[in-house]
Amino acid sequence: MRYLPLTDTDRQAMLATIGAASVDDLFVDVPEVARLDGPIHGLPMHASEMAVERHMKALAAKNLVAGEVPFFLGAGAYRHHVPASVDTIIQRGEFLTAYTPYQPEIAQGTLQVLFEFQTQVARLYGCAVANASLYDGSTACWEAVAMATRITRRSRAVLSGALHPHYAQVVKTMAHFTGDTIADALPAITPDPELSGLIGRIDEDTACVVVQYPDILGRIADLTPIAEAAHAKGALLVVVNTEPVALGAIKSPGEMGADIVVGEGQSLGVGLQFGGPYLGLFAVRDPKHVRQMPGRLCGETTDAEGKRGFVLTLSTREQHIRREKATSNICTNSGLCALAFTAHMTLLGEKGLRQLAAENHRLACLAADRLAKVPGVKVLNNAFFNEFTLMLGGKPAREIIRDLADRGVLGGVSLGRLYPGVAALEHALLVAVTETTTEEDIERLAHELEASIKETV
Amino acid sequence: MNAPNKSGWKPEMQVAEDGFLGGPVTTTGNRALMLEEPLLFEIGRAEVTGVDLPEVDASAATRLGGLERADAIGLVGLTEPETVRHYTRLSRQNYGIDLGFFPLGSCTMKHNPRLNEKMARLPGFADIHPLAPQNAVQGALEVVHQLGGWLCTLTGMPAVAMSPKAGAHGELCGILAIRAAHEARGDAREVVLVPESAHGTNPATAAFANYRVEDIPATPEGRVDVAALKARLGPDVAAVMITNPNTCGLFEKDFREIADAVHAAGGYVYCDGANFNAIVGKVRPGDLGVDAMHINLHKTFSTPHGGGGPGSGPVVLSEALAPYAPLPFIRQNEGGEFYLVEEENREERGPSFGRMTAFHGQMGMFTRALTYMLSHGADGLKQVAEDAVLNANYILRSMEDILHAPFASSGPCMHEALFGDKDFTEGLSTLDVAKGLIDEGYHPMTVYFPLVVHGAMLVEPTETESKAAIDQFITAFRSVVTRALEGDEALKQAPYYAPRRRLDETAAARKPKLAYEG
Repeated sequence: MRYLPLTDTDRQAMLATIGAASVDDLFVDVPEVARLDGPIHGLPMHASEMAVERHMKALAAKNLVAGEVPFFLGAGAYRHHVPASVDTIIQRGEFLTAYTPYQPEIAQGTLQVLFEFQTQVARLYGCAVANASLYDGSTACWEAVAMATRITRRSRAVLSGALHPHYAQVVKTMAHFTGDTIADALPAITPDPELSGLIGRIDEDTACVVVQYPDILGRIADLTPIAEAAHAKGALLVVVNTEPVALGAIKSPGEMGADIVVGEGQSLGVGLQFGGPYLGLFAVRDPKHVRQMPGRLCGETTDAEGKRGFVLTLSTREQHIRREKATSNICTNSGLCALAFTAHMTLLGEKGLRQLAAENHRLACLAADRLAKVPGVKVLNNAFFNEFTLMLGGKPAREIIRDLADRGVLGGVSLGRLYPGVAALEHALLVAVTETTTEEDIERLAHELEASIKETV
Repeated sequence: MNAPNKSGWKPEMQVAEDGFLGGPVTTTGNRALMLEEPLLFEIGRAEVTGVDLPEVDASAATRLGGLERADAIGLVGLTEPETVRHYTRLSRQNYGIDLGFFPLGSCTMKHNPRLNEKMARLPGFADIHPLAPQNAVQGALEVVHQLGGWLCTLTGMPAVAMSPKAGAHGELCGILAIRAAHEARGDAREVVLVPESAHGTNPATAAFANYRVEDIPATPEGRVDVAALKARLGPDVAAVMITNPNTCGLFEKDFREIADAVHAAGGYVYCDGANFNAIVGKVRPGDLGVDAMHINLHKTFSTPHGGGGPGSGPVVLSEALAPYAPLPFIRQNEGGEFYLVEEENREERGPSFGRMTAFHGQMGMFTRALTYMLSHGADGLKQVAEDAVLNANYILRSMEDILHAPFASSGPCMHEALFGDKDFTEGLSTLDVAKGLIDEGYHPMTVYFPLVVHGAMLVEPTETESKAAIDQFITAFRSVVTRALEGDEALKQAPYYAPRRRLDETAAARKPKLAYEG
């Protein structure tokens, strides 16, 4: 067995040192009834690299690979080109096979990366401080709500109807158990986000209002009025971003008055990976809120010789010190994904991120214009970044999506799948366009979409 | 000071009076292969990029609703060669399993097979979207289904929730299922019992789910005090959370008896499966009366720790808790097609407590873990547990003559050996031993955990070390411990040879500097 270095001779010598006759003697505390007598039934026996590779490749071959077809899916997970050097960096064994940096003298690599990551995220979000990452955008969203309830000592959160429904579900799942009240809504299907209704739902008991930017329908709006309305009632504004590339083109949530900004960082460096692992981003605009933040934080300090170095800090917020009084139960973060994000962001820099954002937007505008010409298709959005909503005639969007997949086009995300039972959204299709989309892809989608809609008429 | 001392520790470099390293000062601050590296923000520039993209056409029409980001973001870029060098140099200031022995107790730093990495990167797994039409991702759903099925087989449990993103998230999943099960029968319970030796995540998780946490004491032999636990059971106790094997490295031999008592009192048994690697293929937790247990794929099934995540924490569930499992989950229809049960499948979702993360879980970790399971097979996994336990007992018995091993007389340990600082010279501590081991070229063991042992040192060798590597570690560990016992003051300044000397954590917390300013 290629991963087990002990030989039988070693094992015998070690048992002699221990004073045990056999390995089974070491399992003497396991009650006899619970011991298995041989290799467990139901699993195959060990296999060679070649055999395992064959098995896994056969499974992989059953999936339609995004990069091999015209591809337009988004809704919280975006396909971007990741430079080749990002993967070689994250495969450095010193990063890949390290642990949480509990011994900072021999973990400066990870720690400095986290410090750079925190700085990049804070600046991208227009915030003062970002943490060292959480699991993903949806769990970061709940952590933001929980943090707002701690800060305001209120227990009601108002969710925008245009918050990603999976994020809203996560918040509602958690709130059910913590006893917090969640006021959610369905999205108004309008060309611009409907802010006045949201503002009207903020009251004196509201801990926070949660808004997605760009929202689940791809729309964008100035959030300053919501920030002002929330602050006037003593509530915090939580802004959720699922596409960090957008912030290379549009104003940061921080500059519009967001108090807590959270999001999904998967777009940069991480890849689609069928939904995970992803990268939860979490930042606060006002440094006074730092001590209420969840998750790991890396801070600068000096060593005994006065050299600059980095450590995990403010750990008195965390479970391994505070136990049941911790700000969160989170232990691990998403370290390697944070490294991938940071390496990708370093390659882009200010200039590259702005170029990337502009290219995404240019192609998205092109796609919106082309698709608007398909009979039976309307573009809902006035403004958008790289994702917009189409209202389709004919069959429900869900059926059209399956139809398109059979024609070799991954045409978008059906909003009917995200909002089951909401009749108004059954014919809505969310289309994302990135720098990986070609003009031929757009033409192909337009063509197949037209054909699919026609078939039903 | 540079003369060999009684313990045989021989610093070969000149050490000055003040305890710091001598030798000529270099112009760069580098010491040959030990290279200093500035922060990205000190070397990057706003106008530099390492990616070739079209120039921005400022005259192009936009549909950004007048929200253009006008001000500088404050990011900097590097070209590809500079980026690769920057992060390669940083990587060399890190200790990883690839570099050496990493006996961090409870964390299971075993070898990460590279085949796992290769398989996870197959485009058929890495380049598929979580919301792709399900007819386009049958292979991915099959991976999750197959892995989940094997986790059930290995644990003897009937159901599994695959979406939790890490161990602590898995704990939350199990505790929420317990809360939902009690709620469903109108049985409001407020208390979760947690042994004092538990991981900090256990009480934090229970509190996060709005339970009151009460400690259960340990016996002098390092196991849960069964009598105290039984005495506390009652109609207000929702669950007990027990780690097995426990954090003292011992198997909870009365687990079945505890589980039966908890069940009789109407509660559920949560098992923290962080240490499942000690018993995989040897014992099925389902046979011990467990209702919910998370499995850290990054521990037992070798997915990389990545400098602190991503992890993955599937949770196996008993018949009683299975109906409450989170969305989404995977089923197979009569035609053999796999499908996801989500919010819209109103009948099939049953009383599920809902969604705890946006998508389906850590697919990238599932492919790695499945690759590992296939590589080892049923026979290999059993050998994994046996070798892990053998290695830990070998270390325990090779150290107990000089180092306080509080539970050495409680019988064999499982996959980790626990020591304390009882006989150290006044002024020397477990931390000093840890830092001394760094100079010897090792990542230290877990220190000051579990809390039930003073100055705890928890050593977990794992099964992927050779006897020669373990023997060399024992020699070094004995030497450093001897220095602590004999009062070698030099140990207080260790490490001498790491990229940094001891770091001032107090200053970092007092005036937090959490982002680059400038």
